Amino acid sequence: MSIKVLIPTPLRPYAGKQSIIEVNAQTVGEALSDLVARHPDLRKHLFSEDGKLRSFVNVYLNDEDIRYLNKDATPVKETDTVTIVPSVAGGR
Amino acid sequence: MAPLIDSSQATLSNEEILRYSRHLIMPEVTLEGQKKLKGARVLCVGTGGLGSPLALYLAAAGVGTLGLVDFDVVDYTNLQRQVLHHTSDVGRLKLDSAIDKLIAINPFVEIKRFDTYLSSQNALEIISGFDIIADGTDNFATRYLVNDACVLSGKPNVYASIFRFEGQASIFATEAGPCYRCLYPEPPPPGLVPSCAEGGVLGVLPGLLGVIQATEVIKLILGAGEPLIGRLLLVDALAMRFRELRVRKNPECPVCGANPTVKELIDYNQFCGIRGEESEASPSAKIPEIQPEELKRRLDAQEDIFVLDVREPHEYQIVNIKGHLIPLGDLPTRVHELDSSREIVVHCKSGARSAKAVDFLRKSGFKRAANLTGGILAWADRIDRSLPKY
Ligand SMILES: [Zn+2]
Repeated sequence: MSIKVLIPTPLRPYAGKQSIIEVNAQTVGEALSDLVARHPDLRKHLFSEDGKLRSFVNVYLNDEDIRYLNKDATPVKETDTVTIVPSVAGGR
Repeated sequence: MAPLIDSSQATLSNEEILRYSRHLIMPEVTLEGQKKLKGARVLCVGTGGLGSPLALYLAAAGVGTLGLVDFDVVDYTNLQRQVLHHTSDVGRLKLDSAIDKLIAINPFVEIKRFDTYLSSQNALEIISGFDIIADGTDNFATRYLVNDACVLSGKPNVYASIFRFEGQASIFATEAGPCYRCLYPEPPPPGLVPSCAEGGVLGVLPGLLGVIQATEVIKLILGAGEPLIGRLLLVDALAMRFRELRVRKNPECPVCGANPTVKELIDYNQFCGIRGEESEASPSAKIPEIQPEELKRRLDAQEDIFVLDVREPHEYQIVNIKGHLIPLGDLPTRVHELDSSREIVVHCKSGARSAKAVDFLRKSGFKRAANLTGGILAWADRIDRSLPKY
């Protein structure tokens, strides 16, 4: 099914400058795979070389961190939103 | 939550009662709350983009003791957002400039100045004199340092960070709540996440986020409302959308978890992979460089050199040296525009992106590509002083 992935500002240059991308997926893992298949430049920003989600990138299904759900295997519904939230440090 | 602040010693003069009257008549504050504000000691780490609105509002609200940590000097590029500092302050220490404004707003505030870079050596001692810490710094090493120091000292860390037109805010390191490492166990490697200096920041954004920080500090002091604990507030100023995500305390957190492995402050530069200034342009170790003076001399001598500018079109619009523009991100798909038999000098703003471009070009067979040391900023400093800098 089609769900929305929200792309944060720092990653938009690698996602065709879009802020919301529709992907086809049954799970959060599939949503991210479909996302990087559509926008290959995103891959190195989201995943390390061994394919693990990078530790400074958090992924939320609606308002919950997928680390506290079923991680990649967390199922998604049509109305769900996946949000990618990388750490940013700016303040000055 | 147990009250953070001991207000038993605080008294308000008639002048202060008048000054704070709009607080005193609110049931959420009252005279009791205003005394708590006066008894409170808040440390602002940084007096820049976030620190400016934060410190201004905390001073105006009557926080009794404000600590300021900064080592920086005001420059022209700060004025677009760091509203503590005026045009006439350029060149002054940010601390001196900040203290003038804060005292002008509220002479009843006691200010403690720390003219230093917060470090693993001084952080615990500095923090020990305060009840609440507000983190307005701008780099990962200091973010993790402030977090760990707050967890180890048992002091709440009122947090915000910004990038372009997006911000994040939360409260970390309260007794029951999560800490910054629960949210992000590790920092990104240097170079993968752009800083404000590279990525830019909308001038009002630190205003928005710094005021959110000030609000949360004041709520913690008053013990009023619902503090932003266990919640990450995301602010998108361009869409003007506020969202909230849950942040859980990680039982395996290396600093606030059940079995912590971080029991004292560590080397945060090492933790964040920073070894001196060159980290930003790390590939440059093997990358041939050309100094602006040499490029100028050779161009003047009509030598055949192709100048490639790998910045973004909006940067080219601000200032350029008539190089051929291909933004770094487009280089792989537009590399056919270049002639590998010619000598190519690549530049960007200050040399980091062009180093990546030269690295890419050389791997793609452009053996005569070199990086202009210091980018167009160095050119403007050393060759053509009529050019604007940004
Ligand atoms: Zn933690």
